[in-house]
Amino acid sequence: MSTDAQVDSVITMRSRPIFGWALHDGLVVARRNLIQTVRVPELLFFSLVQPVIFVLLFAFVFGGAIPIPGADPSAEPDTSVYRQYLMPGIFGQTVAFAAAASTVGLAEDMHRGLIDRFRSLPMASGAVLFGRTFADAARQILVLTVLSITGLLVGWRINGGVFDAITAFLLLLLFAYTVSWIGAWIGLYMPNPETANTAGLVWLFPLTFLSNAFVPISSMPDWLQPIAQWNPISSLVLATRELFGNPTGIVGDAWSQQNPILYTLIACAALVAVFAPLSIRRYRQTTAR
Amino acid sequence: MPNVIEARGLVKKYGDVIALDGLDLSVAEGSVLGLLGPNGAGKTTAVRILTTLLKPDQGAASVAGFDVVRQAEQVRRVIGLTGQYAAVDEYLTGRENLRMFGDLYHLAPAYVRQRTSELLERFDLADATDRSLRTYSGGMRRRLDLAASLIAKPSILFLDEPTTGLDPRSRIGLWDVITELVAEGTTVLLTTQYLEEADQLAEEIVVIDHGRVIAQGTSDSLKDAVGGDRVEVVVTDPGSLGAAEAALREGATGEVIVDPAERRVSAPVSGGSTALVEAIRRLDAAGVGIADVVLRRPTLDDVFLSLTGHAADEEEVA
Repeated sequence: MSTDAQVDSVITMRSRPIFGWALHDGLVVARRNLIQTVRVPELLFFSLVQPVIFVLLFAFVFGGAIPIPGADPSAEPDTSVYRQYLMPGIFGQTVAFAAAASTVGLAEDMHRGLIDRFRSLPMASGAVLFGRTFADAARQILVLTVLSITGLLVGWRINGGVFDAITAFLLLLLFAYTVSWIGAWIGLYMPNPETANTAGLVWLFPLTFLSNAFVPISSMPDWLQPIAQWNPISSLVLATRELFGNPTGIVGDAWSQQNPILYTLIACAALVAVFAPLSIRRYRQTTAR
Repeated sequence: MPNVIEARGLVKKYGDVIALDGLDLSVAEGSVLGLLGPNGAGKTTAVRILTTLLKPDQGAASVAGFDVVRQAEQVRRVIGLTGQYAAVDEYLTGRENLRMFGDLYHLAPAYVRQRTSELLERFDLADATDRSLRTYSGGMRRRLDLAASLIAKPSILFLDEPTTGLDPRSRIGLWDVITELVAEGTTVLLTTQYLEEADQLAEEIVVIDHGRVIAQGTSDSLKDAVGGDRVEVVVTDPGSLGAAEAALREGATGEVIVDPAERRVSAPVSGGSTALVEAIRRLDAAGVGIADVVLRRPTLDDVFLSLTGHAADEEEVA
């Protein structure tokens, strides 16, 4: 390098941020992904419509048909109890589906050659994935807001304290962030965005339905109950029900059901610890197809 | 000039498919190397290894003196890459795209702002600066893509089929920009399927097929190897064919062909346009009336055909 180039680099280069380059780069990518959300209002609209439709369908179509054991039927009409029970389930399902956005988003970036370009830059190698998962989780703030308003309109109420409610929402966002890593990992294996559209969703349906999100676990066949009890979505939903002061149904004996907040935190930490390194390793090897 | 890109014996396999089969390359500082080959010849694989996106199975490569595997980070600081796709974000504006890439190169914000305006101006995108890329044409996206790879003023630029899918006008526009960059001292490695493009931009051309170098040299030397130039003359009077043949034989490097039906005499020459001028002088001195005279140069298509047995744009039947 000549002296000229060195002088040049002093003027043109940014000084290292306090929190390091990895965070800086991650936020640059997250900003890009969030701008995308605002620029494509259609996408945002439909990502809001789906959970709202679920609320309305379950509240009005299935509401009367699903009894919640353990709730006191004499206190309120039964449909209202189900709606109280339902909303945390819808919250849980909705944040789980954040994973699909990460899958499709990364598949598109790969397809367009953007991942190739990012990988040819001297940036932190996990930044594209951190930015993506962070943005996909952050988008859920808006989704949860719209969903909460819908819930309030159909009769859902927060019966617990403010601190508990905030904890519940933070837990939901943490879960969104966690599954986004799984979604990202899947996305990096997708041959094209079309496949990603399907593959990003298939695993989420069994995952969310094999839980207490819509029906009490006690109503499931015996052999299915342990699976549902240890499904992190079940503990997430149970934790939010408890924190919002909504009916919980009969809580299972499994440790995951007895300690839903702690189990959810452990499950999130474990899943990120597995899928973040797997995704970053895959990212380092992947190229456009 | 020292070589700033060096590759020795690069091998890359995808399962049973051998993408690169011992590829050697070297590019001198400040020069343009054209990597020419048909689809599937290994051009993109070579670029991906040199730009640190892929690790070779065997062999080694260095860019600006840094090993592409062990010192990938340092390599990425000095290179710019423009791939086959316009790798820019659809939903951001032109300015936002360049700002993002500038930020990711860790450039100072003030510098990014200045450089962004400069590049958008230069690439004729100033009017579209704050428009989302969804409103851009294909040519505009490619120009922005190239601008994005230039944000940190890389000294070495990799262009992987930069004009594929562009209309002729946009293609020529992009050529002008690339020519300017080279004039400023940027080293360029360019892959292309377009022989005309390699001819236009590259001083040194490497022809690859099946992951191996099959020919190398300047555009002119490759053409010479195929058979060189020919002077072709059509005479006005069939009676002067004999005199024309005698005049052309003097400077010819091989057999002179006479085609009486077409009143045409054709002679292989060396020295290009000088040979043409000399031939015309001799014909004039011999009093031969000329209806038409051309210097026919072999195209790179001829080169490719004679080297590989198939045309450059032809998919090979295995």
